[in-house]
Amino acid sequence: MDVRFAAALEAIVGRRHALTTPQEIRAYAYDGGVDRSLPLAVVLPGSTEEVAAVVRACCERDMRFVPRGAGTGLSGGAIAAGDAIVISTARLCRILEIDAPNRIALVEPGVVNADVSAAAHPHGLRYVPDPSSMAACTIGGNIAENSGGLHCLAYGVTSAHVLGIRIVTPDGDIEWLGGKTVDTPGYDLAGVFIGSEGTLGIATQAVLALSPIPETVQTLLGIFDSTDAATAAVSAIIGRGIVPGALEMMDALATSAVEADVGAGLPTDAAALLLIDIEGLRDGLEGTVDAVASICRERGAREVRIAQDGPQRDLLWKGRKSAFGAMGRISPDYYVQDGVIPRSQLPAMLRDVAAAGTKHGLRIANVFHAGDGNLHPLILFDKQKEGEFDRALAAGADILQACVARGGSISGEHGIGLEKRDCMPLQFTPEDLSFMDRLKSAFNPDDRCNPGKIFPTGRRCGESARTAKSGTLDERTAALAGEPF
Amino acid sequence: MSAPAQPHGIGTCTRCGLCQQACPTYRDWRLEADSPRGRVEIVERIAAGERPDAAMAEHLYACLGCRACETACPSGVPFGDLLEFGRREVERTGTLAPERGGWRTFRSFVFERVLPSRALFGAMMMPAKTLRHMPTLARLLRSLPMSSGARRALAMASIETPMGNGRLPAHSKAIGERRARVALFTGCVMDALFGGVNEALVRVLRSSGCDVVAPSGQWCCGALNVHAGEQRRALAMARRNIEAFERADAEAIVVDSAGCGAHMKSYGRLLEGEPAFADRAAAFAGKTVDATEYLDRIGVTMNRPPSARRVTYQDACHLAHGQKIRQAPRALLRAMPGVEFVELRDADRCCGAAGVYSLTHPAMSQRVLDEKLAKIAEAGVDTVTVTNPGCHLQLAPALAQRGVRVRHVVELVDEAIHHSSRGTAF
Ligand SMILES: Cc1cc2nc3c(=O)[nH]c(=O)nc-3n(C[C@H](O)[C@H](O)[C@H](O)COP(=O)(O)OP(=O)(O)OC[C@H]3O[C@@H](n4cnc5c(N)ncnc54)[C@H](O)[C@@H]3O)c2cc1C
Ligand code: SF4
Ligand code: SF4
Repeated sequence: MDVRFAAALEAIVGRRHALTTPQEIRAYAYDGGVDRSLPLAVVLPGSTEEVAAVVRACCERDMRFVPRGAGTGLSGGAIAAGDAIVISTARLCRILEIDAPNRIALVEPGVVNADVSAAAHPHGLRYVPDPSSMAACTIGGNIAENSGGLHCLAYGVTSAHVLGIRIVTPDGDIEWLGGKTVDTPGYDLAGVFIGSEGTLGIATQAVLALSPIPETVQTLLGIFDSTDAATAAVSAIIGRGIVPGALEMMDALATSAVEADVGAGLPTDAAALLLIDIEGLRDGLEGTVDAVASICRERGAREVRIAQDGPQRDLLWKGRKSAFGAMGRISPDYYVQDGVIPRSQLPAMLRDVAAAGTKHGLRIANVFHAGDGNLHPLILFDKQKEGEFDRALAAGADILQACVARGGSISGEHGIGLEKRDCMPLQFTPEDLSFMDRLKSAFNPDDRCNPGKIFPTGRRCGESARTAKSGTLDERTAALAGEPF
Repeated sequence: MSAPAQPHGIGTCTRCGLCQQACPTYRDWRLEADSPRGRVEIVERIAAGERPDAAMAEHLYACLGCRACETACPSGVPFGDLLEFGRREVERTGTLAPERGGWRTFRSFVFERVLPSRALFGAMMMPAKTLRHMPTLARLLRSLPMSSGARRALAMASIETPMGNGRLPAHSKAIGERRARVALFTGCVMDALFGGVNEALVRVLRSSGCDVVAPSGQWCCGALNVHAGEQRRALAMARRNIEAFERADAEAIVVDSAGCGAHMKSYGRLLEGEPAFADRAAAFAGKTVDATEYLDRIGVTMNRPPSARRVTYQDACHLAHGQKIRQAPRALLRAMPGVEFVELRDADRCCGAAGVYSLTHPAMSQRVLDEKLAKIAEAGVDTVTVTNPGCHLQLAPALAQRGVRVRHVVELVDEAIHHSSRGTAF
């Protein structure tokens, strides 16, 4: 790391918030996914102006940079691919305004997702997108990944709840995209930015739409002895024109891990569980709840339970939200996939997933947003065991291939990042990709902002993560620490 | 350098990051290396054979050891165990920053000399006892210029604590029908500064049908030692307690300090490598119960309003996160006649005491405390209840100025059974 550049960064953000020693920056070499790579330095600016100054300093020295929120991302988006510094939004964590009459919130990007709803709660409002990682992930990361959540089935994912974004562009200018109202004239630039995975600039403020907290919620737990029966119930519920607030499914393996974590009293011998929230006005809700319960029974549910009170409901959802992390209870490592398929293909797709597990000799747990056909197969492996990580990647690639073959997509909400960039050609033609590249170039012509992400490198799907993982981190760490390795 | 023996729970962290916001130091500093995930990564490097340098040591010691991250972690990472291991390796093979030079001296004095010895500990506690009887001297000392750590030590030393009358009988009989025979763990700080709580616990247990023995030969549990990376003396202290309590032949070992209880419940793991002690340690751990846990389990009859009206409860980290006990103390408080129980916002966040942390990291400890005080003010109570001496010493000096009292839950239970019977000896 060039000393003068380090000094320039320190001059902008202060010594404490410009990290250059290996011991400090190692903690930024990972996110929640499987890739690992060390940045050259980490800076934590305290204002939009400081972000802009850091970006300009990077431009002057032709340095690349990676925006980072909480680092809960699952596709390596927030880690440096190649030589780059990380710009963390951890200190940009203020809720600037809750405007209850207009139902909007103005927040900084490092604000934690759950804190927005907590601040809006006294006004009877909430911020709807609720990724399972909501207790830790940031609004900036949510915007970059266009994150979904358990309650996005009825209300839409992040893009439906963000009105305006203030950004620092890859050359250090400060711009507003969108505004405080739903429709701003001209191009929907906020819409372009949402889901861009940190490749079009750094969000430094956001205007979020808040929604009224529903008058009542009822939570149902459908217990099934076969996954086919459970998926049939999902299709039947939606087919009946009912739009639940949330409609989630877990298979037996996932249930056993979750139960070990939260002890919500889930039946670990069931083949599949459906977790369903019915929300709305008190009047008429009972009818919908009864209808959903009888659909489940008609499709073969062994039992349908209805949560009796708030704490019981919270416990059920806590279980679902902890599902990924809870894999740590049954396996040293896991590799989560994020495919989307048309709902009607769910039963067939689940068989494809099981086949991938058998082929590569690995266990695969399934949790998914059944309502919108967004699967999260969790491939369990042990990186200490020779070859298991490679097999996990191969199983993941097979699953993605199957998603595309079934008319779906390779990512629902976790993004492409580093991990899936070489799988993009499964879904897009070279023409599609070059069209996307033209959009990126309009914002980020020198690929200085989050370089190397999203676009394929020419390797095979499932190979890139391995390359990122094997050795690079330790080699660079050793080099930085000046020790032999 | 060879890799040290692998600690329990290594490799269970998936780096998901869900623990970050639970961590007081991450919320304050916003640096990943000072988040639970960052610290796990440091410990894993140490476990893999990397020699801990001063920066790694600093991150491990900046941790409050509150274990809130364990509650937040869906993977069940036993953070407390990993931290103890990491600090032990720091002390065994690592280096410290020059500014921390005093730590090793302090550490070897406190953890290798004072805590293992009842006599030396008693002598060290004398100044604190003296100060309480000489408020003018305490005021005078407070006016001297000194470091913030020393200032805090003095503030804690000069506050009023329920020291009791110093009469804790070795055997006391159950009142009424005998339901159980239990042994009381008296502790070191509890014994020296909170004897009144131990005495209250004996009264409550007797009135609830328990024969109570306070075995001689028991002493400090050794929790502070392992938290500071000291193991040799800690093992000896554990063995001594196991032997002392085996002689007592009781069904349960009741402890009224959450920090001690959490550690005593882990004796099994601590001594699992010693064939002569492994099973006995596991038996000891299996019998250990927190006082609130035990009283809630056996049921107590509380008919009298205690000397507190509007009461809240501050979760001790080592009760809520360490032992997963949250409901028992609340249930006891809710059942007291004439008491209005109010929930404290973020009650299970650390108060900043964290063993010796308030002395070694006074600035961070103070910020954590300030946040807690603001929430206590919000609750508008006359009494804050605790289950751990560290929390008591941390909260009392600041709350005394605001006219809010700090009481152990057991003290109020005692009053609710015996009506302000403080000072009454059976
Ligand atoms: C246990 C677990 C459960 C999860 N559940 C869900 C779920 O239910 N739904 C879901 O959608 N995701 C889920 N995720 C994935 C992850 O939490 C989301 O992608 C989240 O939005 C990432 O936020 P973050 O703050 O951690 O971002 P990071 O991981 O730090 O970054 C993610 C991406 O955002 C970019 N970025 C971050 N901040 C900014 C900014 N200010 N400006 C521009 N770019 C920025 C980064 O460059 C990176 O590309 C889960 C993850 C875990 C570990
Ligand atoms: S024990 Fe407390 S201070 Fe230490 S890492 Fe965990 S949450 Fe943070
Ligand atoms: S300690 Fe637990 S919550 Fe924290 S990163 Fe590791 S697995 Fe996730």
